[in-house]
Amino acid sequence: MLRSGACARSACSRSLHEERTKDLEFFFQYLVAGITYGTIYAIVAIGFNIIYNATGIINFAQGEFVMLGGMTAVTLHRFMPLPAAILGAVVLTTIVGAIIEIAFIRWLRRPSVLRMIVITIALSILIRETALHIWGESVRSLPYFTGSSMTSFQWGGVYVSPQILWVIGIGVFVVAALGAFFNLTMLGRQMRACSANRDAARLCGINAGNMVTLSFMISAAIGALGGCIICPITYVQYDSGTPLAIKGFTVAILGGLGNSTAAVGAGMILGILESFSIWVLPAAYKEVIAISILLLILFVRPSGIFGSAEAARLKDF
Amino acid sequence: MLRIKNLESGYGRLKVLKKVTMHIGAGEIVTIIGANGAGKTSLLRTVSGLIRVRSGEILFDMRDVGNLPPEKIVFRGCSLVPEGRQLFGPMTVRENILLGAYPRFRKKDGDGVRDDIERIYAIFPRLRERERQLAGTLSGGEQQMLAIARALMARPKLIMMDEPSMGLAPLVIKDIFSIITRLREEGNTVLLVEQNAKAALAIADRGYVLETGRIIMEGTAEDLLSNRDVQRAYLGRDLDAEEKM
Repeated sequence: MLRSGACARSACSRSLHEERTKDLEFFFQYLVAGITYGTIYAIVAIGFNIIYNATGIINFAQGEFVMLGGMTAVTLHRFMPLPAAILGAVVLTTIVGAIIEIAFIRWLRRPSVLRMIVITIALSILIRETALHIWGESVRSLPYFTGSSMTSFQWGGVYVSPQILWVIGIGVFVVAALGAFFNLTMLGRQMRACSANRDAARLCGINAGNMVTLSFMISAAIGALGGCIICPITYVQYDSGTPLAIKGFTVAILGGLGNSTAAVGAGMILGILESFSIWVLPAAYKEVIAISILLLILFVRPSGIFGSAEAARLKDF
Repeated sequence: MLRIKNLESGYGRLKVLKKVTMHIGAGEIVTIIGANGAGKTSLLRTVSGLIRVRSGEILFDMRDVGNLPPEKIVFRGCSLVPEGRQLFGPMTVRENILLGAYPRFRKKDGDGVRDDIERIYAIFPRLRERERQLAGTLSGGEQQMLAIARALMARPKLIMMDEPSMGLAPLVIKDIFSIITRLREEGNTVLLVEQNAKAALAIADRGYVLETGRIIMEGTAEDLLSNRDVQRAYLGRDLDAEEKM
């Protein structure tokens, strides 16, 4: 820009101005992308939290629910319209969630934390390898819910794909619906009662075992729904669950384990940080952000940024 | 109403209850007194299903409930107000009360529940004032009231209370005990476990003395109150020594 006297003063300032608006457009473009990913991370984190609240364990197969949802929807979409395929994928994954709980978790009496970690990690490997057998290594994708990858809205120079609106809209719906379920319905209150005090809940006549099964089903369902809505943007493959599980786990820890409202905030933070990291760092470092945050939080504030240290001390891990 | 025969139970290899035999008739207040570690809490936890029965039987309304899980026993009409309240701390007072009524919702008695909530609020006006507050933020006395209210919402035939006076101020204890008397007047049957033996025997019809897992004495409340051994061990009075003076 400093081409000394050759550059007329007015031309110089115009290009500076253009650059500023360009930066602003980039800024919003990255922001929108960050919010989109943040929504998915938040959904995965909420899945972690629901099971954590009901059982006190981390279900490391949570990312596999997301992958299963996406994969099943892609397959079903060959035979039926998109909404039916998504519904079918969510229902099937919910059933898988229930089977996992009934077959592997329910009969364990007071399992140790380490044992649960080993079991859920084994389950995630099992599901991943089964998916590899069924679907192979190929990368699949659902079509955009409305429009295509070419269509986009333009808001003041920011291009927004319609799928992004679907992701954010469904994400908001999921969070609101879960909030209503847990706070306003008797079934939701029973689940909260079980996580607050399991013995007391049983003394009220609540079948705590069924509540745990239900928590696995709800986690599987919202994970699968998350997998379906993100699938047109990020594609899905047999092993795409693991990175999402790591991100979701980071977000759950960042917000404070068990706190789903905080998970939404933490999801946005991670999504937006990741998205802006591309601006300043090479794209390959994107994945490093989540791990760095995870490590940092675990070292500095294991109760999460929104969690209370006092509550964290009462938790098993 | 409740008949326990040669009941034995415990934790792991440790046997806590040894051949406990007792009964409670409808409309009675029966109290179990005993020192720390005598097995009072274990007895209530066994009857309510939280600890498995080793041997012996528990008959509730002439039916064996010995091997039922706690959630089934509540449906039979036997509720426990556990030691240390055990409220759902992060939930509101009203939610705690509603959850207590869960068996009634299952029996499709939602209308009856609404009436009962009003009835409960009439007994415990403080709970109405704090309806929207989180249970964990209540004072000790209010928490105990809520724990009793939650158990009552299931409309139990028998309500068992484990140390309702624990950690409360004397005035609050008086309140709680007058509420227990009132419950009996309304036709409830109460099994009361207390370390505060004097207060418990004052309102009870009958009592059992539990020592190291065995029932060592039983009788009407008056008999136990005037018994020399009971007085020395649990009421802090030594009649023999007083006579010598």
